[in-house]
Amino acid sequence: MFVGLGKASLKPDQDSMERMSRAMLRARVLEDKLASLYRAGRIVGGVYLGKGQEGLSAAGGVALRKGDVLAPLIRDMAGRLGFGEPLVDAVRAYLGSKLGPMKGRDGNIHRGDLSRGILPMISHLGAMVSATAGVLLAKRMKKEKRFVGLTSAGDGATSTGSFHEGLNVAAVEKLPLVVVVADNGYAYSTPNERQFACTDLLDRAKGYGVEGHGVDGTDPEACWEVVGRAVQRAREGAGPQLVVGRLLRLCGHGEHDDGLYIDKKMRSSDRGRDCMEVLRDKMRSRGLEQDLDRWEKEAQEEVEDAVKNVAEEPLPDPFEEDWRATAMMGASEAVQKG
Amino acid sequence: MSVTYLDAIRAAQEKALQDDPAVFIYGQDVGKFGGAFKATKNLAEKFPGRVIDSPISEDAMVGLAVGAAMEGMRPVVEMQFADFSTVGLNQMLNHAATTYWRTGKPCPMVLRLPSGGTPGSGPFHSQSMEAIYAHYPGLVVMTPATVEDAYSMLLEAIAMPDPVVFCEHKLLYYHLKAKSLPAEAVPAFKAHVARAGRDVTCVAYSAMVHEALAAAEELAGEGYETEVVDLRTVKPMDTDTILASVARTGRLLAVGESWPWGGVSAEVVSRVASEGFELLDAPPRRLNAKDTPIPYHPNLWAAHRPTAVRIAEALREVLRY
Ligand SMILES: Cc1ncc(C[n+]2csc(CCOP(=O)(O)OP(=O)(O)O)c2C)c(N)n1
Ligand SMILES: [Mg+2]
Repeated sequence: MFVGLGKASLKPDQDSMERMSRAMLRARVLEDKLASLYRAGRIVGGVYLGKGQEGLSAAGGVALRKGDVLAPLIRDMAGRLGFGEPLVDAVRAYLGSKLGPMKGRDGNIHRGDLSRGILPMISHLGAMVSATAGVLLAKRMKKEKRFVGLTSAGDGATSTGSFHEGLNVAAVEKLPLVVVVADNGYAYSTPNERQFACTDLLDRAKGYGVEGHGVDGTDPEACWEVVGRAVQRAREGAGPQLVVGRLLRLCGHGEHDDGLYIDKKMRSSDRGRDCMEVLRDKMRSRGLEQDLDRWEKEAQEEVEDAVKNVAEEPLPDPFEEDWRATAMMGASEAVQKG
Repeated sequence: MSVTYLDAIRAAQEKALQDDPAVFIYGQDVGKFGGAFKATKNLAEKFPGRVIDSPISEDAMVGLAVGAAMEGMRPVVEMQFADFSTVGLNQMLNHAATTYWRTGKPCPMVLRLPSGGTPGSGPFHSQSMEAIYAHYPGLVVMTPATVEDAYSMLLEAIAMPDPVVFCEHKLLYYHLKAKSLPAEAVPAFKAHVARAGRDVTCVAYSAMVHEALAAAEELAGEGYETEVVDLRTVKPMDTDTILASVARTGRLLAVGESWPWGGVSAEVVSRVASEGFELLDAPPRRLNAKDTPIPYHPNLWAAHRPTAVRIAEALREVLRY
């Protein structure tokens, strides 16, 4: 039932490798840009990056297909792009464009697009697990077939009651839910040993009665294989899957934070490898480095264009906003008064 | 043949399941067992796969409903007691209530809360939660006081595109009876003048409507005519009907079974004071439960909540001013 922290055995085909690489590169290039815009004071709100976690995140995005549902969290730029979220949606959210997916009503990492199967996360950690399960239950009731839902969590989020209730209920209902835990050793500044007392979060899979998969989160190929297999198992009807990827975040919690509390030894260990470097080494060893360079250049152009165009877009206007929190049509005057 | 308030709630759910394949019921023991209060009796047999037992996970129950609603279903979630919905508050207040605002897509779901005090129920099986939910933008909060409203308002709640908190009063479940289910209904967002009168207005909702009516009867014996306004839905609040009544009487008492700090009765008084100040001949007053947890023993409980006797006393004071 458990797949250990092994080396990748299944090699991704060229097409998959390209999709993985592009999602990772676009995320890294975009997030580097967002970080510099943040320092320049051009971002509305905070900036939380997925630096170092792109491989694990992208693996989830590319394993999904149309009709599936993704409930990303704050470090999932790569997963979003891999699943097909337009890059411009992110830029619009961060620059506060009115044309963004949330129209200025909510921001940045909270963006989502229900018509694309991307749930807009709420901040409260753990909350998206049961909501994703609910989408899957609904799809089952509507007699849809072979769909999967994937959501992520950090090591810290696993301590919430919401995470527990959500995974438990998904297991009870045997829903095709994949929960990818990015165990980066820290929740903001809090290390694992102040977060939980178990040796390995993966052990919890057994307690929930779900299949568990461990993976070296710094190795994009391994992530592609292991997350891909978990998604496949869920699609085949094997019920919820818990993936635990071990890695580090190579940045602060947000761009306001220097992350100096991250243990230096851990940082210089294999767990602190940059998945982008690991990817580059793999591609180089296969003589495909020029491909990577080309994709990176394309990503840079795409990001520059998007930022340039979005900067010209209108900002939300309080006078145009209808300030209505309910959908009721033909509501009486009493309704508008609240 | 007569129909109880609880029968009406069960019948409304049955009709909704019958009429709309998107409706399903989710809650603890709601399946074969029929629910702690039997509000879903026999529904699991009639609608296989659509009346689903949940684990004791209020957060996940509401979260799951939010996800299902986003995906086009119309979940009706039964909390075993309103009190336990505190465990699911995050999903209701931060998730369900914000979804339309954030996404422009509706989140049609109903959270059924068996609410309010009954003798011997104590601090954790007696609460009235309407004010907490009403405080958050994005939710509709209904508090039906009659058998007819329990039926028609629940049907309306299920058909609505927004998340609705449906506060049903446990004290009314078995005792309140009507001859039959209603064939037509007052729209859910309209308050209702339950008894007309010209001397004083008593605004109430849920079980307190019946206490207010009993108090009005008592005052009638003393020569005073009390107008009882049943809010029916506390959010949105039908301010116009309240103000129209105060315009007739010039005096206001707002009654709530819940605690005195803030809440629905405070909202009523605040609206009348700021929007209808000139209509008033006396300071508007409120009557609520005492500011302690809800007591267990019936002797204490009866003194904790507003009753017909206490409402009558308060009305006399408003009239004497
Ligand atoms: C319920 C809740 N409590 C607190 C927070 C504030 N918060 C946001 S991110 C974070 C740390 C999360 O750590 P982890 O789950 O490990 O994810 P990571 O940031 O490492 O990716 C905290 C405490 C929150 N969003 N939700
Ligand atoms: Mg973490």
